[in-house]
Amino acid sequence: MGESSINFAKASSAALQDQQLRGNFRRAMDGLMSKRAVQFADTAEWNGVRALGASVRLRALSKLPELLEKLEANCTKNGIQVHWASTTDEANAIVLSIMQRVNAKLVVKGKSMVSEEMHLNAFLEKRGIECLESDLGEYIVQLDEAMPSHIIMPAIHMNTKQIAHLFKQKIKEAEYTEDVAQLTDLARRVLRKKFATADVGISGVNMAVAETGTLCLVENEGNGRMSTTVPPVHIAVMGLEKVVEKLEDVPPVISLLTRSATAQPITTYVNMISSPRKAGEKDGPDEIHLVILDNGRSGIYADEELRNTLRCIRCGACMNHCPVYTKVGGHAYQAPYPGPIGSILMPQVEGLEKRGELPHACTMCNACVEICPVKIPIVEIMGRLRSEAVHPGDAVRGAGSHASKAEAMVWKGWSMTYASPLAYQFATALLAKLGNAAPASLPLLKEWTNVRAKPRFANRTLHALAREKGIPDV
Amino acid sequence: MSHDGTISRPAIERPESVYFFGTCLVDLFYPDAGMAGMELLKAQGVRVVFPQGQSCCGQPAYNSGYREEALKVARAQLDYFPGDWPIVVPSGSCAGMMSKHWPDLFKGEPDEARARQVASRVWELTQFLVQVLKVKFEDQGPPVKITWHASCHAQREMGVTDEPKTLLRQLANVELVELQREKECCGFGGTFAVRHPEISAAMVGDKVADIENTGAKAVVSGDCGCLMNISGALEAGQKPVRGVHIAQFLKERTHG
Repeated sequence: MGESSINFAKASSAALQDQQLRGNFRRAMDGLMSKRAVQFADTAEWNGVRALGASVRLRALSKLPELLEKLEANCTKNGIQVHWASTTDEANAIVLSIMQRVNAKLVVKGKSMVSEEMHLNAFLEKRGIECLESDLGEYIVQLDEAMPSHIIMPAIHMNTKQIAHLFKQKIKEAEYTEDVAQLTDLARRVLRKKFATADVGISGVNMAVAETGTLCLVENEGNGRMSTTVPPVHIAVMGLEKVVEKLEDVPPVISLLTRSATAQPITTYVNMISSPRKAGEKDGPDEIHLVILDNGRSGIYADEELRNTLRCIRCGACMNHCPVYTKVGGHAYQAPYPGPIGSILMPQVEGLEKRGELPHACTMCNACVEICPVKIPIVEIMGRLRSEAVHPGDAVRGAGSHASKAEAMVWKGWSMTYASPLAYQFATALLAKLGNAAPASLPLLKEWTNVRAKPRFANRTLHALAREKGIPDV
Repeated sequence: MSHDGTISRPAIERPESVYFFGTCLVDLFYPDAGMAGMELLKAQGVRVVFPQGQSCCGQPAYNSGYREEALKVARAQLDYFPGDWPIVVPSGSCAGMMSKHWPDLFKGEPDEARARQVASRVWELTQFLVQVLKVKFEDQGPPVKITWHASCHAQREMGVTDEPKTLLRQLANVELVELQREKECCGFGGTFAVRHPEISAAMVGDKVADIENTGAKAVVSGDCGCLMNISGALEAGQKPVRGVHIAQFLKERTHG
């Protein structure tokens, strides 16, 4: 394990001590789960739309290189300038060069997880460009100088009271109030002023349609539309997997996305962006740029099993249903993408040296798999990454970086014993006799007995009892 | 495979014989549950065969990232189930490993077809009792209030949903009070419990609180991993609630 390894265990330990945080997550996730269940109460409809959504994503991935070329050609035809970035550094540099050309000082941002992946705000601010998050949740998190704790609801770790205190402390004209409408109104007033004066608007992309060169963006606050229409320049950033083939692929994916994410049949705003402002049009930016980011995705794409990670439509439902995420919250993952999808995506994007512990932040309960709207075999990929972490190879960056000779020896010994009936029966008979004498202070047993009684070996194994009772062997 | 990624089992005729795959946890920690499972099957007039060569499905190594070692152990099981009889397993998790993950584990191996054939005969105990044997239990025990914890892999790999509760509801003197979060993981997760002991402790803490809220005298479950975790936490917290495997509970109530 390298020095740069992110310590999930340590961060989650701190989160577990924070009763306020645990309460906030438990309440929020319980609410989200029950609301989603109402949206998909009709099992036959769920199975149908889910199969359709999964097939749209699978088809798109099956011809990804071709679709990306088509997307570039059609965007270009529409007047959208396409840029390719293989790393986040490259993507940041592209964004910066556009900013510098138009001499931008102020940027308003709609919600974008790829920009979080790029650490774009920090990058631009270091270069003297103010970057203002305009999604309410992102705005709150930015005021708090924190990271989003959820990909859909960035400030879900905070309750109203905490937000009220934050606003009072950070916004000049703020009066203390716990009234949600008043708090929202306050943020809205601050943001409105900025929209009017921003030089550039940045947004994410929920889906890009190859055959028409259209960027789709769903949102509820209108801030996405403001960010993409009011400033004279709009820069959209997307991961290269977000392409779909045809316009008719959009409705089922949006339906799955919004119902899974926020339990809405559709969001308040669905933006379909196809070109900059044309002559005679009253609004829209003069320039639109699309930055398509790889950042390890083509490596993921190269592996048939791992490729399924790229089906994700970023609904966040896997987080809402994850019992581990619910306990520790999003910040414990120290990643732009937390929860189950983050636990399989981050190790592939940033490498197993740094993120090799994340696939173990999972009990393999399959709650995420059960509700994933595009049927990503999350737990299977989790298992695969656990294997990659301890075996050198070239499918994933950092494969083998968590290999431990001692652990490998234990499993080797285990397999030799368990694969031989004689050795197995000898070992288990011995454990039945002597196992209970093991002190609770032994490693592993110590972790177990912190909150649990010591497991008790039975006097006789099932094998022995079956023999005694004359249960036939063949 | 069904729509939701769980295993679907075809309707089969009541067989004359079945194999019983005891699982390694039952073998060492809950042999009474294993015996109870076999006796429940025998009481339905089915001949039960317990191959003495069996050990483990390989899941501990598989989930820890040691697939070669898991394969070695899984492969060692194949010889012991030669007859074309169902293989009944008193654990949704081990049954899920065999039914759902063995085909992946053996992929491209010379004995893949054989492993798939064995895997296709695997049934979780309550699933087999309800779907194949169509059992009807007569309760012979005193009134008691219990609750049920659904194991993750029984539900989400084997597709076992209502079967255990169907059986428990056949017992006239048993009042089944459902947990508020019946389907939520108890925090065991194999090595997860010792790899992330604090998160696991928080999870089982929630489970214990949920159990206590029902006022039940016993929590019944179909998986020994969950039981070891939940009963261990109940015991350490000195809660007057007993954790018991469904096979053992059914056996006690019906001809114990």
